[in-house]
Amino acid sequence: MYEFGHIGILVIIALVFPLGAVVTSWALRFVRIRPNPASNSVMEDTYECGLRTEGPSLVQFNFRFYYIALLFVLFDVEIIFLFPWALVFDKIGWQGYVEGLGFIGILCLGILYAWRKRALEWR
Amino acid sequence: MALPTLVTEHWYDLRDLSNLSREILEGADKILPHGIVYVLAALIGFVASFLIFVLPSQLIVGVYGERKLIGRMQSRYGPNRVGPFGLLQPIADAIKLMQKEALTPKGADRAVMYLAPIIFVAPAVLLFAVIPFGPKMILADINPALLYFLAVSSLPVLAAFMAGWSANNKYSLFGAMRIVAMSISYEVPLVLALLGVVLFTGTTSLQEMVLWQKHFDIWIVFLQPLALAIYFIAVSAELNRTPTDIAEAESEIVAGYLTEYSGMKWGLFYGMDIGYALAASAFAATVFLGGWSMFGLDKWVPPWMIIIGKTHLFYFVFIWTRGTLPRLRIDQLMAFAWKFMLPVALLNLVLVATERMLWVEQELDDSYLYIFAVVNIWAALGAIWAWSRFLGYRPERNPVRARLVNEAGGYVPVPEAAKGGK
Repeated sequence: MYEFGHIGILVIIALVFPLGAVVTSWALRFVRIRPNPASNSVMEDTYECGLRTEGPSLVQFNFRFYYIALLFVLFDVEIIFLFPWALVFDKIGWQGYVEGLGFIGILCLGILYAWRKRALEWR
Repeated sequence: MALPTLVTEHWYDLRDLSNLSREILEGADKILPHGIVYVLAALIGFVASFLIFVLPSQLIVGVYGERKLIGRMQSRYGPNRVGPFGLLQPIADAIKLMQKEALTPKGADRAVMYLAPIIFVAPAVLLFAVIPFGPKMILADINPALLYFLAVSSLPVLAAFMAGWSANNKYSLFGAMRIVAMSISYEVPLVLALLGVVLFTGTTSLQEMVLWQKHFDIWIVFLQPLALAIYFIAVSAELNRTPTDIAEAESEIVAGYLTEYSGMKWGLFYGMDIGYALAASAFAATVFLGGWSMFGLDKWVPPWMIIIGKTHLFYFVFIWTRGTLPRLRIDQLMAFAWKFMLPVALLNLVLVATERMLWVEQELDDSYLYIFAVVNIWAALGAIWAWSRFLGYRPERNPVRARLVNEAGGYVPVPEAAKGGK
């Protein structure tokens, strides 16, 4: 816990440092070293290559991202199970080795299935 | 593993700066209560690591060196106006960004938009806590350091998504979706490649990994070159650097999730992109390139100088790829992650597991590590070659690129008639 406490203190420093930068940048508004025009509709407009933005900005996106997310959850959870296996690897002998390989084999089956179902292609 | 006694314990021995900080803390312990000394220890570690490593590297190598080198690669000068050789350019940039107006567009989620750069910066600072700079120079020597690094380094994606979503801009939203999709795709081969390292060294502590490499006098890059290749490509995708920077591709979606950012809020994103690249380089130097150990040289050269040198070397490769490779399309990137990197990473894992099992169960001696190294280097080359053939990549016989006149068959003089007569 002694070492984790240092990280905890570092979290506070890590939050203060960017906060200080943003606040300083905001505070420089009051020292009048730059022109501060009153905000107008052109300045506040959404950037769109010189045109007015049409419609809402939070548009629908490609459902392909959903496949990627699903595959990621699948593989990441399986990798989490592989970490303990890797850490006790010296003690488990050939039997544990074969079982681990079987698990990786199932992982391979998963990606083969996704590949076969064309989930990996970006159409 | 016990820490080897490398250096003397005098406070003036600069080969190990922890002696100096220990002297200060022991002096402070006599006059101050224990809790304040504890906080002081963390503060000294933070200040030391930032003063000797992060800040100079970020300003000189990250901002100045990167622009200068890319300038050389693209046959231009790069920054050369502010200060000698343009060395003060980063400071001029910082001052400019600091006093610039930070616009917030209409309809944007103000709170989230201000919060995003802060959340983006914080993990970058935290990442340097677990990097060992020497036998005792480490801010937090925690046991699951590798898992900590992976967990913390996946936080900025959240901040980038917040930035893109809150800006109320279509380009920003596209950039945010792309960065999330790309990061989670490349996270899988990245973690699998590091799993091989964990399996072979049997620890997740970065300090113990360095000591392992020091003990056997072999760097993990020789044992697992495939893992380093996968790590490099995956981390360059996660960091959003140029061959794979589809999340902020200028020619497609203006600046991706940073489109609506300006002033210091943008500056924090820009600065910390470099911070993350440095952290990833330092991590790669620790895990794959032996960290602060250098085949016995670390007795004489300060170990913290060795790891800084290795980090900058690794960072140079980042700059190099950025300067030479063109940007990939999003479908190519996704296909590359799932169809190439993931199978190759699984193959690497199986190979490493087999070798480790042989080594442990057959009780082979340490010289077999060199045999493993030779086998693994050839296996890496073979796997990359065979799998790219399988996926349909054929090396071209006739180069498509523009050739010099000499290569195309020598200088051919223009006929007299074409010159327009006498």
